Amino acid sequence: MIPAPFTYHRPKSLAEATGLLVDLKDEARVVAGGQSLIPIMKLRLAAPDHLIDLAAIAELKGIARGATSITIGAMTTQAELINSSVLAESVPILRETALQIADPQVRYQGTLGGNVANGDPGNDMPAIMMCLDASYRLVGRAGARTVKARDFYLGTYVTALNAGEILTAIDIPVPPAGHGFAYAKLKRKIGDYATAAAGVVLTVSGGKIQTCAIALSNLADTAVAADAAAKAVIGTALDRTALSAAAQAARGVMAPAADARGTVEYRTDVGGTMVKRALQAAFARAKG
Amino acid sequence: MTTTAPTREQREAKLEGMGCKRKRVEDVRFTQGKGTYVDDIKMPGMLYGDFVRSQHGHARIKKIDASKALKVPGVVAVLTAKDLKGVNLAWMPTLAGDVQMVLADGKVLFQNQEIAFVVANDRYAAADGAELVEVEYEALPVIVDPFKSMAPGATVLREDLIGKNTGAHGPRKHHNHIFEWVMGDKDLTDAAFNKADVTIKELFSYHRTHPSPLETCQCVASFDKIKSELTLWGTFQAPHVIRTVASLLSKIPEHKIHVIAPDIGGGFGNKVGAYPGYICAIVASIVTGKPVKWVEDRIENLTSTSFARDYHMTCEMAATKEGKVTGLRVHVLADHGAFDACADPSKWPAGFFNIVTGSYDFPVAHVAVDGVYTNKAPGGVAYRCSFRVTEAAYCIERGMDVMAKKLGLDPAEFRLRNFIKREQFPYQSALGWEYDSGDYDTAMRKVMDAVDYAGLRAEQAAQREAFKRGETRAIMGIGVSFFTEIVGAGPSKNCDILGVAMFDSCEIRIHPTGAAIARMGTKSQGQGHETTYAQIIATEIGIPAADIMVEEGNTDTAPYGLGTYGSRSTPVAGAAIAMAARKIKAKAQMIAAYKLEVHEGDLEWDIDGFRVKGLPEKTMSMKDISWAAYNSPPPNMEPGLEAVSYYDPPNMTYPFGAYICVMDIDVDTGVANIRRFYALDDCGTRINPMIIEGQVHGGLTEAFAIAMGQEIRYDEFGNVVGGSFMDFFVPTAVETPKWETDFTVTPSPHHPIGAKGVGESPNVGGVPAFSNAVNDAFSFFGSTHIQMPHDHWRNWEAAKKFGLHA
Amino acid sequence: MAKTHVTMTVNGEPAEGLVEPRTLLIHFIRENLSLTGAHIGCETSHCGACTVDLDGRSVKSCSMFAVQAQGAQITTIEGMAHADGTLHALQEGFRMMHGLQCGFCTPGMIMRAHRLLQENKTPTEDEIRFGIAGNLCRCTGYQNIVKAIQYAADKLNGVPHKEAAE
Repeated sequence: MIPAPFTYHRPKSLAEATGLLVDLKDEARVVAGGQSLIPIMKLRLAAPDHLIDLAAIAELKGIARGATSITIGAMTTQAELINSSVLAESVPILRETALQIADPQVRYQGTLGGNVANGDPGNDMPAIMMCLDASYRLVGRAGARTVKARDFYLGTYVTALNAGEILTAIDIPVPPAGHGFAYAKLKRKIGDYATAAAGVVLTVSGGKIQTCAIALSNLADTAVAADAAAKAVIGTALDRTALSAAAQAARGVMAPAADARGTVEYRTDVGGTMVKRALQAAFARAKG
Repeated sequence: MTTTAPTREQREAKLEGMGCKRKRVEDVRFTQGKGTYVDDIKMPGMLYGDFVRSQHGHARIKKIDASKALKVPGVVAVLTAKDLKGVNLAWMPTLAGDVQMVLADGKVLFQNQEIAFVVANDRYAAADGAELVEVEYEALPVIVDPFKSMAPGATVLREDLIGKNTGAHGPRKHHNHIFEWVMGDKDLTDAAFNKADVTIKELFSYHRTHPSPLETCQCVASFDKIKSELTLWGTFQAPHVIRTVASLLSKIPEHKIHVIAPDIGGGFGNKVGAYPGYICAIVASIVTGKPVKWVEDRIENLTSTSFARDYHMTCEMAATKEGKVTGLRVHVLADHGAFDACADPSKWPAGFFNIVTGSYDFPVAHVAVDGVYTNKAPGGVAYRCSFRVTEAAYCIERGMDVMAKKLGLDPAEFRLRNFIKREQFPYQSALGWEYDSGDYDTAMRKVMDAVDYAGLRAEQAAQREAFKRGETRAIMGIGVSFFTEIVGAGPSKNCDILGVAMFDSCEIRIHPTGAAIARMGTKSQGQGHETTYAQIIATEIGIPAADIMVEEGNTDTAPYGLGTYGSRSTPVAGAAIAMAARKIKAKAQMIAAYKLEVHEGDLEWDIDGFRVKGLPEKTMSMKDISWAAYNSPPPNMEPGLEAVSYYDPPNMTYPFGAYICVMDIDVDTGVANIRRFYALDDCGTRINPMIIEGQVHGGLTEAFAIAMGQEIRYDEFGNVVGGSFMDFFVPTAVETPKWETDFTVTPSPHHPIGAKGVGESPNVGGVPAFSNAVNDAFSFFGSTHIQMPHDHWRNWEAAKKFGLHA
Repeated sequence: MAKTHVTMTVNGEPAEGLVEPRTLLIHFIRENLSLTGAHIGCETSHCGACTVDLDGRSVKSCSMFAVQAQGAQITTIEGMAHADGTLHALQEGFRMMHGLQCGFCTPGMIMRAHRLLQENKTPTEDEIRFGIAGNLCRCTGYQNIVKAIQYAADKLNGVPHKEAAE
């Protein structure tokens, strides 16, 4: 498994990187941690003529806590997310999710930006970003713009990222203290993509769910928000009826592919089960 | 200053002989990254080969255009079947008496079949070249289901066999039929079924999987045109057989072929046979005059070299209503893929599948196996298995469970009622084997006590009630498996490979200082031969294991042997070691008698030398005898101290064991949690308990993988589904259960040291234990049999089918 | 394709070479530097046989280009034994606890365990299993690998190790 030849670029600034992207057009691809791209290059399913490595761009790294939001640089690795005390305290679902991605070696290299920008429905972070109502900062030579995670994913490997743009950072509104969260991921083994997975972020007051967001990984051609499912549990104490209604509603937005993980029927059914389990775990963790 | 003589215990301990947990000598290099594996070999001017492979499962090849590939800088040559025909190597014989295309000749018969071999200065250029070879196909109908292979009007797969109504193993019934192999007494078996109180009939499919050692198959071929000599380094479990095959194929005289198997990164049966990559590397080296390396990648490994299993076994069993088995009838549909490339002894097209009566006293049995072609990769190798013994053990162990349920008996109790009893050994099985020794009752009861079997069944009943009350979503399964293996192939009267009897060999040379080298016909792929073989010699002739070097894998220096697979190293080569050592000991005794001035009969062996009977202070150590052998041998005796043994075993050995698996299956996800796995193995005399333990852990882990998800699956178009480590289930440390091990010791009466072999037992016994546990869990809800592999979605499907989602 | 000059520090020694941009780090280490301890087992970044330590991280060198390691500090299995030739605690642990059989996964496994023990000096069994889940072994069933890493942790922590290899 040998990749096709390419020219390697290692820009030191974002401006340099976006400039290269404009100049090289379709023949170039950016590489972040490379843990998705390099294996598919070795299979020659991707064969860019130019590879633009973002590793040397200092401004793409780091975790910054603001008053109401947290900004994470796109080149922040999964291992850095896991080890961040700031995130563990404010947005613990990121650590919980990152620990379920691939394996230790891949987490040292793989980045949050790569995971969310790739557009692979099997990536885990896009659903979490939907649950958190995160926004992505996209920068091109023409300027910067922001797109919500919920509006970013258009199809498998198709995103709102325009040609010449780089996803530079993720802004996450800090969820209220005491919120409940969970990422329930069913997989065959460590290193596998999800057979079915569901992320949940919710708040509880007086024993009842006040707010709730649910999103799913690898159960459609993109990560997908299950808003009707979330609506079904709001105002409830997550009784059996509410749980079943949420699972049923979530199954309505699923359209998984049949693959070695199982049939469409199976993956849809366990998708609902993952929603239930994530809801139960999040509800149990929530204070209020 | 006084020195005290070492005690007997200290002398014993210094030897590090049989029975001790000697640390492995191999590990000193392996832990420092200093092993030498094939891909570590670098030679001046070495070229690299890479294959162009078929995208289709079955297609005619209209055209191969290599012109663009040949323009890639660094590409030296592109070989196709046309080129190989010139040297009569477009096809090669398989070990199973079939022939196999080396490079596609006119058509392709499975996805990823080898079509062209691109040779270049480095592996990057070779890959670039392979990318640019253009192949024009005409798709043909594909057969992936072996049950459709022999349908009337089924597409002809092997056009080279048109008109050949007889194959290597007798008549062919259909153009996609390979052989029919029949054993046992049909009339007596039919009679037993006619008068049986209870019968069962069930199809047990053992799915296609792959040995997938962590190191793939690879080689370096170097042909010296001046000397007309070929040196071939490769991942060979059987280097001498490879040399013989290479000589027969290439017409290079056998003494001018040097086959060297260096360190091997696991084999598990994958590295027994000869593959197109070896042939192409040899031809490319002859053509270019340079060394050529071929290294397959993981996808190539999983999809082209040597699948295992794909046995579809219809098992019928007869029994009395009191629970005594009276007859066994099995029909097997064996899917061999595009070419029959099984690595069985030549006369055994279905290996030793006729061990299928297992550990039970069946008075009569009848077995028939039909081998068929399909559009899948060729093979049928013994993946951590002695020639279809894993399939046989699975068949009988599932059959016993199904029958037990029908009789209303507990599966363990049903087995106890039908075991061959200790006093029946040596035991003649209904299908013709003579079991050497066994004590099945003791082993089974020991395991049942260890896990509190009765307690587990009570807990299971309680959990089932809790499930029915809706208090849990998990169902509990208890899998019982009791296996008898047949290993150590084998006696020359019934075992050969391409006509070469399946003996094995050992040459021991004692050096003047009392150090030694032992050279073997086997080849370790991780089993630790360098450590354990030295332990046998240490005990036999009293030289410390640390002073003995064990060498394998170089056909120029090692005596001819048939290699390492089928758990044959200890049963056959281990015996050769003991016999060679005993020859040395006999000569040593003569030397000692001469030096001590007594009659040989006045000497007795004592740990590390001889002593005069009744005069314990009058001794001569092996170290001193060794020196005397070179310094002052007795008159009329040849100097030196060495011996060779070629050991032709009088019988196979029959290791056995009792395994119990306890699992909980989440019916909503299908996830099975292995709560406990208890494995008792009886491999006869134990040479190194640490290594046995390691073999059992590894074999159980492979069994877990196979039973619970590891599969090479094809879709209806002949595409491999999941041929990489993303989908092919190789468990990590997280999924792998924790193992509890135990043993009994029932030595083999015919083996010089009583050892039976253990490497494959845990795979043979483990797979039915896992499958029986899954099936046991669902059996209480109306299920009779669920096919493997028991991965999450299939468990979920079963739960759905039996109404557990309501 | 034009070649790039790369320099890095490998096992404390300066290393350099001319590589194509697409040259995988594992090939650079094995072929240019002739350090053949790290192996190639799957090529799809699942097996971890190619694991080396790079700037304090365990990386699969089959899923990284040599040019990306420009200036990096790399340790491979060949750099683990002490200068006097004695084995590192992990190497010793793998031997003492029978944590290897064919040896093909061992270099990657030890390099991963090395980083794990840098980050967690007293890992539990479950933490070890989770920590080495990027490394596949086909021979041992991991049970003795876990013990080997526990043995090394104890040795590095100066704690006597109780259990012998089973």
